[in-house]
Amino acid sequence: MLRFLGHYTLAIVRELGDFGVFTGRSFSAAVGSRKLGRRVVRSIYEQGVRCVPVIVIVGLFTGLVLGLQGYYVLNKFGSAGLLGTLVSLTLIRELAPVLAALMLVGQAGSALAAELGIQRNSEQIDALETMGADVHAYLISPRLIAAVLVFPIQTTFFSLIGLFGGYLSGTVVLALQPGVYWSAVFHAVHPRDVRECLIKAAVFGFLTIAICAYNGFNAHRRKSASGARAVSASTTRAVVISSIVVLAADYVITSFLV
Amino acid sequence: MTTETTTDLFLDVRGVAKRFGDNVVLSGVDLAVPRGSVVTVLGKSGTGKSVFLKCLAGIVRPDAGEIRFEGHPLNAGDADCRAEFRRRCSYLFQSNALLDSLTVLENVALPLESTTQIPNREIRERCLEALRQLDLEKHSDRYPGQLSGGMQKRLALARAIVTRPELVLFDEPTAGLDPLRRNAVFEMIVKYQRQFGFTAVLVTHDLPEALAASDQVALLDGGRMCFQGTPADFNASDNPTVCSFRDSSGELRETIAALRRGETIQNRNDL
Repeated sequence: MLRFLGHYTLAIVRELGDFGVFTGRSFSAAVGSRKLGRRVVRSIYEQGVRCVPVIVIVGLFTGLVLGLQGYYVLNKFGSAGLLGTLVSLTLIRELAPVLAALMLVGQAGSALAAELGIQRNSEQIDALETMGADVHAYLISPRLIAAVLVFPIQTTFFSLIGLFGGYLSGTVVLALQPGVYWSAVFHAVHPRDVRECLIKAAVFGFLTIAICAYNGFNAHRRKSASGARAVSASTTRAVVISSIVVLAADYVITSFLV
Repeated sequence: MTTETTTDLFLDVRGVAKRFGDNVVLSGVDLAVPRGSVVTVLGKSGTGKSVFLKCLAGIVRPDAGEIRFEGHPLNAGDADCRAEFRRRCSYLFQSNALLDSLTVLENVALPLESTTQIPNREIRERCLEALRQLDLEKHSDRYPGQLSGGMQKRLALARAIVTRPELVLFDEPTAGLDPLRRNAVFEMIVKYQRQFGFTAVLVTHDLPEALAASDQVALLDGGRMCFQGTPADFNASDNPTVCSFRDSSGELRETIAALRRGETIQNRNDL
């Protein structure tokens, strides 16, 4: 038992070390990399533009549900006028960064892990290495830079769509006055809340894309599977670990910022 | 074996060993590659030819042994020497390993963009020139998935030679090709080897073509190089492994004839 625990702990420490080196190399490799801007723009498109539909749909329904649930609960206490406060603070402080990150893990993160895994399997990454190309600069750095830029924008977009969803539930479906809803929103949200939201989004973006890239890039190192199974196992692992890390990081950041 | 001294050799491999877990793939492989020559490594499937080539390219790290490039050891942890080797060496993968999300032109431009500071316009001109030489210029905007197998092979070769390398490593360049295309690939290798003057190390199963195209052949068996010499030496060798490999087509004809006569043939255990 002790041996197993020791072995397991060492494996985790080794993997964390590998992950740290991988991420550090990816960032440092960006310096002076040729055509980095073009690759960053392509990554922004993959992680940003292509994820807009899912952000719109999830953001809208999150706002709608928050509006409905919030209205009925607050109305019991005669505080339906605070619906805007409830929806805005819940979204901006917690739900928008976390849900947007989870959606982006499912969409952009899984695609990235699978793409890198297939590139590893089909020797495309080996080919880049034999050409003398810096594979970190070519494959990973643009994605990490794009993630740090795109995730806060996506999260802001998610929050705005969510607020609109809350407005639809509270005022169009239910009986709240639009002015009351928006007034509560504007009075409740402070710049500090927005800053917290953006910091969370940037950190989640960096962590999720780094974890997904690390797992896809190292798909060939999996001992339990090879070939297509290694790609699928790495993709699944990337999504699961990213999702857990988002929730854990949310708790840590919130406890520091609150 | 060859008589070149170490200083004449472009690539000098001594005692390279590699194992994966309990599976010993290479157990002390030697190979001498003179500058400007075409050296072909022959061997049965699963004898570690591709692993050996990947050790040369630095994709796989050998467990033991020494690889010297112009007399400088490559596996001594000298990153500059390894980088210099990579700059002057190209590798043509068995699977071509083309980047499927890039166009033909972008694939060929990639090694130049990655390793040189040549202006973009010049890179484009050099890439188009390489594509023109390999009759791929018309397809420069296509993606590798839209090309035939032979065109993909030519594209991989264009990418390998666009940096004007001094050493090109070919990993089974004719795998899966029909005899006509196989001949075309060997012709292409020899033609461009003569044109650009690079040194070539090939790994293949195709004995007649290899003997015709190579300056030297080597035979890998049991994790070791059991023969290296000229094609004439290979044909004259009485080494049992060489004889078995060389005479395999004759043996096949005899075996098939015996089977047709209804004779019982013992199953081979060397598949």
